[in-house]
Amino acid sequence: MSSERPDAAAGGRFESLGAWIDERFPVSALWKEHMSEYYAPKNFNIWYYFGSIALVVLALQIVTGIFLTMSYKPSDTEAFGSVEYIMRDVEWGWLIRYLHSTGASAFFIVVYLHMFRALLYGSHRKPRELLWIFGMLIYLALMAEAFMGYLLPWGNMSYWGAQVIVSLFGSFPWIGDALVEWIRGDYFISDITLNRFFALHVVAVPLVLIFLVVAHILALHEVGSNNPDGIEIKKNKGSDGRPLDGIAMHPYYTVKDIYGLAVFFVLFAAVVFFAPEMGGLFLEAANFEPANPLLTPEHIAPVWYFTPYYAMLRAVPAFAGTQVWGVLVMFAAILLLFFVPWLDRAPVKSIRYRGPIYKVALMLFAATFIMLGYCGMRPPEQPFKAMSVIGTAYYFLFFLLMPWYSRIDSHKPEPSRVTM
Amino acid sequence: MLIALWWPLAAIAAGHGYPLQDAGTDVSNLASLQRGARNFVNYCLGCHSARYMRYSQVAEDLALTENELRDNLMFTGTRIYDPMLSSMPAEQARGWFGNAPPDLSLIVRSRSADYVYTYLKSFYDDPSRPTGANNAVLPQTAMPDVLAGLQGRQKPRYESKPDAEGKLVQHLIALEPVAPGEMTAADFDGFVRDTVTFLEYVSEPAKSQRRSLGVWVILYLLMFTAFTYFLKKEYWKDVKA
Repeated sequence: MSSERPDAAAGGRFESLGAWIDERFPVSALWKEHMSEYYAPKNFNIWYYFGSIALVVLALQIVTGIFLTMSYKPSDTEAFGSVEYIMRDVEWGWLIRYLHSTGASAFFIVVYLHMFRALLYGSHRKPRELLWIFGMLIYLALMAEAFMGYLLPWGNMSYWGAQVIVSLFGSFPWIGDALVEWIRGDYFISDITLNRFFALHVVAVPLVLIFLVVAHILALHEVGSNNPDGIEIKKNKGSDGRPLDGIAMHPYYTVKDIYGLAVFFVLFAAVVFFAPEMGGLFLEAANFEPANPLLTPEHIAPVWYFTPYYAMLRAVPAFAGTQVWGVLVMFAAILLLFFVPWLDRAPVKSIRYRGPIYKVALMLFAATFIMLGYCGMRPPEQPFKAMSVIGTAYYFLFFLLMPWYSRIDSHKPEPSRVTM
Repeated sequence: MLIALWWPLAAIAAGHGYPLQDAGTDVSNLASLQRGARNFVNYCLGCHSARYMRYSQVAEDLALTENELRDNLMFTGTRIYDPMLSSMPAEQARGWFGNAPPDLSLIVRSRSADYVYTYLKSFYDDPSRPTGANNAVLPQTAMPDVLAGLQGRQKPRYESKPDAEGKLVQHLIALEPVAPGEMTAADFDGFVRDTVTFLEYVSEPAKSQRRSLGVWVILYLLMFTAFTYFLKKEYWKDVKA
């Protein structure tokens, strides 16, 4: 070994390793493009934490999910028992399972807040329409992922929840029965259904989710982040070509997002360790009984994140001899979200510079969505039926009348530079 | 907001009719758990299994030695890593009771501690039932009143209330003692409370550990949050300027 300047030699070797990789794979270029030289507006507020939190929750679900599959058995005779085996006999199995079950609900809370942020600040508006559409596809994939994951513990609510939701497809004229049979792979929810839902839940949908998340981030970094003022920071660039109101993702937003994550994890851990059932919202009491095709639970309701749509489904009466209208309304409610970038005609993006009509309409919309979610959990009786009808009507009016009211609303002038 | 959504669900879970009593269980109370385990083995395990619960796990969590476990909780012929299985064959049980006695591994999670507590205290004489007993919490229950010797026997008191259509309907509102048992009412409440505490533990053996560990996890995360807050503040000095 040489006696002179061993440190420099080591450093040089390290740098040459970096160069060796860079000649073969653009690791430095990627780091610069997406982290150290990706410029985000400096005025992000609390609403801007939820994207990075969602990404971490996705990672958490994948990692805990991998460990769960090591002990879970996707068969109708063993699934329920294998979950209890994880809860009792697997080292730290209970923690892994609660992280995964709480993570599912946390994912939806975070994603709903993330979507609401877009509606607040116009983050879906030009040039971010595709970014929004990728986001909506993520939301769709997430719903499929959660629905199929919910069957896996093979509890009685898993079974009957899947039974109710799958049979919705049976209301389509002509093809309904065949469609339902095709989804289940059987004449009822069975071992075959459980196995295919397992395959889709652990392989197919996660792959789609990861692909969509990559596309979502690439689209974001192509157009640049929106901000609470809803103005484009790329319009004001310094002599070095950097946006004047932009700061580097790393280190500024990495340290800020870690702080946001820490706060999130305090709340998340409070649920995992002190209320993993969340009073029956995250883990339902009826799901601690094994699936029983002969015993219907007293009150079947989907998990809380689906209940706004479930309320819409039940709000629509059957007519012309079919229930299909409720199903169509439910699907339309989700499909409509894809078109928001074009429904919104306001000349400004951010709620800060929009008029009273949109402010009131959006707050009412948020309240309505929560109200629908609540109605969807309750048995179909008054006053919840009436509230569901009103809520459904408002949900559609909010979007369908948007091209009109977003244009006639009064607007304040946007600033030319972001405000902190 | 979550709490506001919570209470009506709790009200639904409480069911209709007979009011549930507060079980007052505490799964971190070792003495109560040990008494409850003994009660469970003596009074429940004859008919009900707890098939997801192993004897060895009970011994470990309840601080029992292997000998204490063998002498007090295990029947001959079972091994310590065995699950707590009833020796009653399910097929015959179905013949005797019309229903196989349910496995109790998760009964507190699927029903609630208050439900099981009130159920066990709410048997009453009913000659119309094949077992001679009925239950205020679960009407037409197939289970016989196995704790009558300890609790004594009870009779129902009804109140007539009009229903939605104005017809008078009899509601069972209370149970009254008709014959004393071996235990006083307070002792019997303690007996049932211990048993339900053990069943609550059986429903989720990690529950005590989860809570005590949770305190440390959250304390750590709060410290971590403070650290990240100051880190962020330090980095952002030049942005704010």
